[in-house]
Amino acid sequence: MPLLSIVTFLPLAGAAFIFLARGPEEIVARNARAVALWTTAITFAVSLLIWLNFDNSTAAFQFVEKTAWVGAGINYHMGVDGISMLFVILTTFLMPFCILASWEAVEHRVKEYMIAFLVMETLMIGVFCALDLVLFYLFFEAGLIPMFLIIGIWGGKRRIYASFKFFLYTLLGSVLMLLAILYMYFVAGTTDIPSLMKTGLFTGQAQTWLWLAFFASFAVKMPMWPVHTWLPDAHVEAPTAGSVILAAVLLKMGGYGFLRFSLPMFPLASEYFAPFVFALSVIAIVYASLVALVQEDMKKLIAYSSVAHMGFVTMGIFTFNTQGLEGAIFQMLSHGIVSGALFLCVGVVYDRLHTREIARYGGLVNIMPKYAFVFMLFTMANVGLPGTGGFVGELLTLVGAFQANTWVALIATSGVILAAAYALWLYRRVVFGELTKADLKSMLDLSPREVAIFAPLVVMTLWMGIYPAPFFDVIAASARHLLEQHQTALAAAKAVATAAR
Amino acid sequence: MTASTMPVLAPAYPEIWLALASMALLIFGVFRGDGSTRLVAWLAIVVLAITVLLVVLQPDATETTFGGMFIADGFGRFAKILILLGSAFSIVLSLGYIRYERMERFEYPVLILLASTGMLMMVSANDLIALYLGLELQSLSLYVMAAFKRDSGRATEAGLKYFVLGALSSGMLLYGCSMIYGFAGSTSFPLIAQALTGGGSASIGLVVGIVFLCAGLAFKVSAVPFHMWTPDVYEGSPTPVTAFFAVAPKVAAMALFVRALLSPFGEIAHDWQQIVIVISALSMLLGAFAAIAQSNIKRLMAYSSIGHVGYALIGLAAGTEEGVRGILIYLAIYLAMNVGTFAIILSMRQKDRMVEGVQDLAGLAKTHPGMALLLAAFMFSLAGVPPLAGFFGKFYIFMAAINAQLYVLAVLGVLSSVVGAYYYLRVVKLMYFDEAAEPLAKPVRGELGAVMTVTGLFTILFFVMPGPLLAAAQTAAKSLFP
Repeated sequence: MPLLSIVTFLPLAGAAFIFLARGPEEIVARNARAVALWTTAITFAVSLLIWLNFDNSTAAFQFVEKTAWVGAGINYHMGVDGISMLFVILTTFLMPFCILASWEAVEHRVKEYMIAFLVMETLMIGVFCALDLVLFYLFFEAGLIPMFLIIGIWGGKRRIYASFKFFLYTLLGSVLMLLAILYMYFVAGTTDIPSLMKTGLFTGQAQTWLWLAFFASFAVKMPMWPVHTWLPDAHVEAPTAGSVILAAVLLKMGGYGFLRFSLPMFPLASEYFAPFVFALSVIAIVYASLVALVQEDMKKLIAYSSVAHMGFVTMGIFTFNTQGLEGAIFQMLSHGIVSGALFLCVGVVYDRLHTREIARYGGLVNIMPKYAFVFMLFTMANVGLPGTGGFVGELLTLVGAFQANTWVALIATSGVILAAAYALWLYRRVVFGELTKADLKSMLDLSPREVAIFAPLVVMTLWMGIYPAPFFDVIAASARHLLEQHQTALAAAKAVATAAR
Repeated sequence: MTASTMPVLAPAYPEIWLALASMALLIFGVFRGDGSTRLVAWLAIVVLAITVLLVVLQPDATETTFGGMFIADGFGRFAKILILLGSAFSIVLSLGYIRYERMERFEYPVLILLASTGMLMMVSANDLIALYLGLELQSLSLYVMAAFKRDSGRATEAGLKYFVLGALSSGMLLYGCSMIYGFAGSTSFPLIAQALTGGGSASIGLVVGIVFLCAGLAFKVSAVPFHMWTPDVYEGSPTPVTAFFAVAPKVAAMALFVRALLSPFGEIAHDWQQIVIVISALSMLLGAFAAIAQSNIKRLMAYSSIGHVGYALIGLAAGTEEGVRGILIYLAIYLAMNVGTFAIILSMRQKDRMVEGVQDLAGLAKTHPGMALLLAAFMFSLAGVPPLAGFFGKFYIFMAAINAQLYVLAVLGVLSSVVGAYYYLRVVKLMYFDEAAEPLAKPVRGELGAVMTVTGLFTILFFVMPGPLLAAAQTAAKSLFP
């Protein structure tokens, strides 16, 4: 059974179904919501089958499907391994909550909104399942279209500026990757990812250029300092569910790209550029944290905190040791859930007061105790408190970085302190203090729908913090394989260099 | 051999049929008067369909006739089918327009047929003289068409401009041909190629000839720096004529450009390659930057077409079989996108008036959701965003560039495509993010709706089965490199 294709294209089928719906606007909107929720829920249920049948002991690709597509070495090739599988689950897990979060917040053009989200889900899952570079690029780039529309149509005041910036920035990054893909196709005669992972295909110099081209794309997507500026704008202007998708899944495509392409395909260049990435990562951690401290907009603050957290991820990836690598993957997963949940938390109060300005809030704990609890939990997870998912990933990346470069680890650790500062200060200003503003007094606590959104996220965050072993079991074999391959490639290059001498 | 020997006519059956049929329709139209325009138009579409059939039914082999002046090969057949489809679509698009804008005269479809005849001859030209004959038959028909709306000042201006500049470029082309004849000793492509084999660099006179030839052809494909006529002619001409200009003649001129450079001068590619590289890079950049400021959608499409010609020329600059394949794929996809876009432009009416401001599209997603979706697909496709068809066009062009090691050109190409994406996005933004000031009229005419749906589905669903078109282009490109 082509499980991956089913999971990938199920949302698209739901979108087609909604597309064909006709009738009075209200009924269409109601049906669109219901169909979208059911589709995403069923997709999640089916995607769990992938995890259940996943073999943790092997680093090979599983659930592989391969059929002829474009021809001449470009095929429809799907499959997952320990690195990509959990990202598929993360995507399908979060989508139903995105739909639920938009239930009442989105009032106009509901039909188009749900179609855009379902198409987006197909493309995101496709990115993580694709085992062919052209197919990957197709999914990777096509995601720009629905996200552009989501930000532009349902976004805030400066939505047009933000959507254009998002689209053009990301496009600029990826077109260079397209040329790199074409060059790889020219050299290897195929765009099949497993075949391209075989070492020794590209010379040292070619690797450098290819690495830079891929880096341009993934660094923008990640986003790394200094190409992160599209993110705060996109996050602030996007509707709540759009921000969740952006933070939780789209950013992870950058990290995933490094793991899937840069490290195994260009090992020499990755080794060569590691100090460069370290430098950018620690700048991102410290700088973005400092910027987050002075934000007056809740979403912008969380956006900058995302930049900082992604700095830990890139740092972990380029340590080339088990702790760093596994920590980076875990950090991406936990950040996906935590930052998504934080944006949902902002969405809750935004739906009630229609402002994200921190100064407009204060004292919410008096009237919204349930909300205060949920927000507290995710704030702590964002800080990296032991017992939450955020702690495990951050600790491991720091341990990994410490082995690779003490100074990097030292500076990066200061980011943890800064994170505590901006996150707790945000929490204090919004939730604690006197309840003085009149319009806040009539705000209602979490509705049952919102409780239903947050409960699974709370459970996941705690599970990832208290018993992360199931996740590492999935990751371990593939991560080890990746590192072994990396070492072999370096050793081979060294041998060649010695022989030449 | 006696002088009265009949040449073999079989390879030229499509052209002969098209020429005879268009003359027959002309006579028919003269006898029946302007009331018969609609009938003549439909008959013209039937004639074009039969021509397509004749082209498809030709044997796969490469054949020459008329003393080697005329060649029928896979490359030509691929281009001819595109040209005939483009012409047929243009007639369909014009049906409503010529009625409501009071230019319903039977010469209109006949002129399209005559221009198509010229284009088929261009594509099949295997000799500088045959090339010129085909080109002029096409150009003269196009000059008349540009000014077809006789009582419109803008159309007359466009026609005159096109004619004067076109005549100038024809002169340059002819001058180039005479230089080439003088230095290579022949006007026949194979004989020129023969004269050039083995001898390292070409003589300076020949190179000058090639430069003039390139200048004349660059004018016909509207590549920078010979593009100046394009925005004015596109804007001034009646919209269905613009739609026609944007597709069929572009395909024909591009095919001619490819054959006229690769077939006789393939051996000395290094002498003309830099010319093509420069005009390609300039066209891409100008197309991208100049379109940003346009407020008239026809002008916008003019600059967009300049940019797209730049991309197609990358394939020629590569000068390889892969490059030619890329060009053919690009042209086929370009044809579909442009026909669809112009079908939408032709549906832009406010009350009884045709409008062509980009701003008039505002809020289209609310008033015409289907049409807005299709136009958005065309715009994203023109910008080259996957998974739409336009992406695959660019993909194969850039593949050829990378394989020919034209890295700088490829990087310039992708960067200008990002700039270009800006103005395509602007159209999407107007339709989806803005509110309508004055909504466009409904309903959309049936045949326009059908054309935009067919081309739209092709653009959106191309990625599902790209195989057939790629294979056809591959075979066609192969025939140019025996």
